[in-house]
Amino acid sequence: MSTPAGGDATSEPNSEQTGRGISRRRAMTLAGVGAAGVGAVAAGAGALIAGGGEASATETAAGAVPFLGEHQAGITTAAQDRLHFVAFDVVTKDRDRLVAMLQEWTAAAARMTAGKDAGLIGAVGGVPEAPPDDTGEALGLPPSQLTVTVGFGPSLFRDAQGRDRFGIADRRPTALADLPHFAGDALKPELSGGDICVQACANDPQVAVHAIRNLARIGMGVVSVRWSQLGFGRTSSTSRGQATPRNLFGFKDGTANLKAEDAGLLREQLWVQPGDGPDWMAGGSYLVTRKIRMLIETWDRSPLAEQEMITGRTKGSGAPLGRRDEFDEPDFAAKGDDGEPVIAPTAHVRLAHPDQNGGARLLRRGYNFVDGSDGLGRLDAGLFFIAYQRDPRKQFVPIQTRLARNDAMNEYLRHVSSGLFACPPGVRDAADWWGRTLFS
Amino acid sequence: MRTTRFVAPAAAGLLAVAGLAGCGGGDDADATAGGPIAVKATDSACEVGSTEIDAGQVTFKVTNNGSKVNEFYVYAAGDRVMGEVENIAPGLSRELRVELPAGTYETACKPGMSGRGIRGALKVSGTAASVAPDAALTEATASYQRYVRSQTAALLTRTEEFVAAVKGNDVAKAKALYPVARTYWERIEPVAESFGDLDPKIDGREEVVEEGMEFTGFHRIEKDLWTTGDISKDGPIADQLLVDVKAIVAKADAEKLTPLQLANGAKALLDEVASGKITGEEERYSHTDLWDFNANLEGSKAAVGALRPALEQRAPDLVKQLDAEFANVEAALGKHRAGDGWKLHTQLSKTELKELSDSINALAEPVSKIAAAVAR
Repeated sequence: MSTPAGGDATSEPNSEQTGRGISRRRAMTLAGVGAAGVGAVAAGAGALIAGGGEASATETAAGAVPFLGEHQAGITTAAQDRLHFVAFDVVTKDRDRLVAMLQEWTAAAARMTAGKDAGLIGAVGGVPEAPPDDTGEALGLPPSQLTVTVGFGPSLFRDAQGRDRFGIADRRPTALADLPHFAGDALKPELSGGDICVQACANDPQVAVHAIRNLARIGMGVVSVRWSQLGFGRTSSTSRGQATPRNLFGFKDGTANLKAEDAGLLREQLWVQPGDGPDWMAGGSYLVTRKIRMLIETWDRSPLAEQEMITGRTKGSGAPLGRRDEFDEPDFAAKGDDGEPVIAPTAHVRLAHPDQNGGARLLRRGYNFVDGSDGLGRLDAGLFFIAYQRDPRKQFVPIQTRLARNDAMNEYLRHVSSGLFACPPGVRDAADWWGRTLFS
Repeated sequence: MRTTRFVAPAAAGLLAVAGLAGCGGGDDADATAGGPIAVKATDSACEVGSTEIDAGQVTFKVTNNGSKVNEFYVYAAGDRVMGEVENIAPGLSRELRVELPAGTYETACKPGMSGRGIRGALKVSGTAASVAPDAALTEATASYQRYVRSQTAALLTRTEEFVAAVKGNDVAKAKALYPVARTYWERIEPVAESFGDLDPKIDGREEVVEEGMEFTGFHRIEKDLWTTGDISKDGPIADQLLVDVKAIVAKADAEKLTPLQLANGAKALLDEVASGKITGEEERYSHTDLWDFNANLEGSKAAVGALRPALEQRAPDLVKQLDAEFANVEAALGKHRAGDGWKLHTQLSKTELKELSDSINALAEPVSKIAAAVAR
């Protein structure tokens, strides 16, 4: 049932030529030539107009992000507006089935990120007796900068009983060390961990959900959804071209984030380098996820001055306390008239800042979430924290250790889910597939 | 219960075999040469009088010398049901007539009517022509029709017993018979459901009963049995249940199914498991959902088994996948056996239920591909 991986991403004739079903790419073309009615497709409209019809598709919110590359897309890619993240348990013991699924996934993701259906036949192109090989809810929607990023969790290498599940236990990087218990952790096991994760980001939530849904379907019998998370509203910028967004506390978040333009820093802080560990991870990155419930009702009742003191930034501009502009460097030595530090010792910005952590930085690309309400009249809301890095032992772990002990913000936070994944390097060409370097 | 119906026959060319391949009818004069093959069934053994026989019509005489109700099956490869007798009470004998072409088969007694049963090899030799592609589909519908008829007969008998227990105000007996009677219903549920208005009367859950309609049938009695334990006023409901079951049995026996309907029915049964049984919605008072789960699974396997010769010609890789995934679900479910029956839904942990859910999803995906293979 599986086709050679990735091959159809580039070689398959599009459906206009074959007459098999409606192509999402075709809908894009129509939008591009300025058919106003079609251009009204929500996410695409503004960007297409702004581009004056000449902007390449990749520069628009509706366009496509290249799937192939040295690194996986979805890490330094300018953070899209929406997230659907899922962690899977692998339910087969058969290594060949797992590999075949990763190959099928790669092919499907290559197609979907290009705005095509998940399968070769498509949502409406097949025989009436067969269930379609695409679920159809993204028909007519543009690629919407969909990226699909895959990572492998520690439990894929050895299970809880210490068994080598797929003959790859000796390839587990030492950097993929289980995270320690941090002070205040209230983790729910059923919302944490996972053997394989998939992060789908897009500017249209329907496109992100479509990607996850189709991969989950392809994986049935091989993987089972362990937990998943929808996110709206990016809380970080991963490019200097993007404004810093706000989290649900109302503050700008991730001002000091690693950005796509910082090539030297990315080598030093983000991408696994040859010699760091097993070769298969070179060009990859380690991902830490944390679902952080925010107790927003109590936060909202706290005075502005307290909110700013806890954060260490002003709420309006995002400038560090005592400075004027968002991107001004915080002055951790400055003292106020009362002789106390302007930025409190327990302020979030101080504890998280690279200067206070031996230079350690993260590439954050988290999302706000509201999962309905909690039955006690409160929104079940917060931040789905996502951070990529070269070595969690030197980056996330020491930073979070300090935050967990001292951050004044902890009063308003509950960490309920945690994940750690090794994201392999990018898919290089049509014959490559996710995990090839690990499983070959 | 649910609302899915069999897909209307889309491919007229595949339609239905008018007559049944002569079996079970009782009007065929030719019995097996030398008389019926005696099968002595007990709670722990299944002795088949001869295990190497000639092709053609074969008659088995099954005697139940055990203490549990028994069943007897003849299976072709992949547990395709060639013939079966259900519901053989202790001390009784029943006959099974079945048309067997040359090949290797398995016989099975199922004391307590559960599990894989006590299996034995059966070798049939002689001159049976190989089955042509379209003939394989024709035979599939005939084979499944035999299965449906065996199930409806047992459904009727067991419902009569259940109704008698309810009317006799015997709560303990009614509770014991409830999941057993429903087993036969659940095995052929998609067929039964194809008769629209009868299904909700027999198998409707409280929330699906439309306004102005009375909540009746199995689940109404289930509620009374397991909540108040007061069935003293359920006599009329029990009587109506039997009337409705008789009506549906007559319709199901007369129904002529297409191969496509078999394929869709096999999938619909697994959807039943995924949507109603895993969640515990179906048997919310008795919590006997795993009985239904097993019956749905057996029914799905019977439909797939009937199509197996056709699928082996058309999609051999799919057959391998189906075999592996059916085995996987059976193994996962088998962990939850309790005596001759099943654990209650409420006795399973969330992790155990997720394992069952995963295994059903893994099976339902390849099963969903059968219809297209059959239709082409």
